[in-house]
Amino acid sequence: MSFYDLFIGPFVEFEFMQRALVGVFALSLGAGPVGAFLMLRRMSLTGDAMAHAILPGAAIGFLVSGLDLFAMTFGGLAAGLLVAVGAGVVARATELKEDASLAAFYLISLALGVLILSMKGSNVDLLHVLFGTVLGLDDPTLILVSAIATLTLVLLAFIWRPLVLECVDPAFLSSVSRAGAPGHIAFLALVVLNLVGGFHALGTLLSVGLMMLPAATARFWVRDLTPLVICATAIAFVSSVIGLLISYHWGAPSGPAIILVVGVAYAVSVIFGPAGGIVSRRWPLRHLEA
Amino acid sequence: MTAARPQLRFHDLTLGYERHPAVHHLDGAVEEGALLAICGPNGAGKSTLLRGIIGQLRPLGGRIERGGLDARDIAYLPQGSQVDRSFPISVYDMVCMGLWRRSGLFGGIGRADRPKVAEAIAAVGLEGFEGRPIGTLSGGQMQRTLFARLLLQDARLILLDEPFTALDAKTISDLLDLVRRWHGERRTVLAVLHDFDLVRAHFPQTLLLARAPVAWGATAEALAPENLLKARRMGEAWYETADPCAA
Repeated sequence: MSFYDLFIGPFVEFEFMQRALVGVFALSLGAGPVGAFLMLRRMSLTGDAMAHAILPGAAIGFLVSGLDLFAMTFGGLAAGLLVAVGAGVVARATELKEDASLAAFYLISLALGVLILSMKGSNVDLLHVLFGTVLGLDDPTLILVSAIATLTLVLLAFIWRPLVLECVDPAFLSSVSRAGAPGHIAFLALVVLNLVGGFHALGTLLSVGLMMLPAATARFWVRDLTPLVICATAIAFVSSVIGLLISYHWGAPSGPAIILVVGVAYAVSVIFGPAGGIVSRRWPLRHLEA
Repeated sequence: MTAARPQLRFHDLTLGYERHPAVHHLDGAVEEGALLAICGPNGAGKSTLLRGIIGQLRPLGGRIERGGLDARDIAYLPQGSQVDRSFPISVYDMVCMGLWRRSGLFGGIGRADRPKVAEAIAAVGLEGFEGRPIGTLSGGQMQRTLFARLLLQDARLILLDEPFTALDAKTISDLLDLVRRWHGERRTVLAVLHDFDLVRAHFPQTLLLARAPVAWGATAEALAPENLLKARRMGEAWYETADPCAA
């Protein structure tokens, strides 16, 4: 099998592969930077919690109008924002810390989602919501995913400084600006938006994978912020393309294939990454003169 | 030279946590251009007073007059600064944050600003460290970085909370030069300090605090032995079942 057959052919010959390619490109552009900031803000597991939280909204949308893009998107967005804001309000109004209140909210949300899905629809539908169909992206879905990526990049440019400063030195930020809290809320909204965008392609459970795994992988290769964001985005995209090809050639489900490819990249980075990987720590190069 | 105007005025100020006062009935004024040390035992309310001045803490009683100072005219260096040293950011970018007052959220750091940033980094003796991630700095180098940022903030009022703790003599003397430079530029500087010898040598005025003010005035008199003894006795007093204050 030639290089062309392996890597180029599938994308030239089949429209569904072209659509998938555009879809994962848009997804990577949004999820890469958002994931990098989630990791730097020590909110890696927040992404996971939010992904679960989206489920009942999508399920109610599904219950009302079947596999309809806008109903499910709107439902997912509403549920995600409700849980994010609800957890934030409980954390600020009571003694409970944000991580605990978020856990409470998303677990309730998840149980509700599974219950609603099992009341109507077959297991196939459940699988669609949980694991997505990146090989079946239609025009409206592609437009939605691209719009989310565009909005993410523009909004991130606006809240970049408060986001960075709130991680590095929150006391300093609060002494020079009030942008901290609005920036945080806007960022949470971006997390929800990108997860909702991702769930059409990868499903609610796996969409967070394209966010967190590339960020965690990139951290083993670069030490500066801007390269980290670029590197995470590139890893997300390249892994998605390889995942799509594996899925095409071997008939594997595309969502898990994509995430597992990033998983392999992560595993390799943990061992060989020059910025704090196992090898570089266990067998460091000879020390310098000064 | 113009007559000194009050920059800060405390009116029967009480600051504290959950109704328990940490600074109790403080009255007085800090003149513009003053170089004031704030001394006192642990738990005396020194840091609390600074947090009250920048507005992080609402007074439980009384009020603070800031003489028309905006929050952005006040620079604040918290105690053992809570910087996340694992965040991937360089010394240069960290220092550039001091330009926030002018650049705000989106303003670029342009060619005109670069000499200023370079000057600030040189003033704290960190030339050559611009590209270093902050995670690789020593404690003294980190404190120098934060002082460079303070320099760029160009604030009228500068609040330093134990700025010289755990630093070597050379670093302290370099950073003290900056404090003197601010004083020369008629900026108001308040510094929480524990080293009485350092205070006597470099700070003309001292506020000795032990929840309530013990002495406030020329350093030599404020730090007289009888005042220090009194401050120690008034020390920490936090009773779970304290009655509401009658004064």
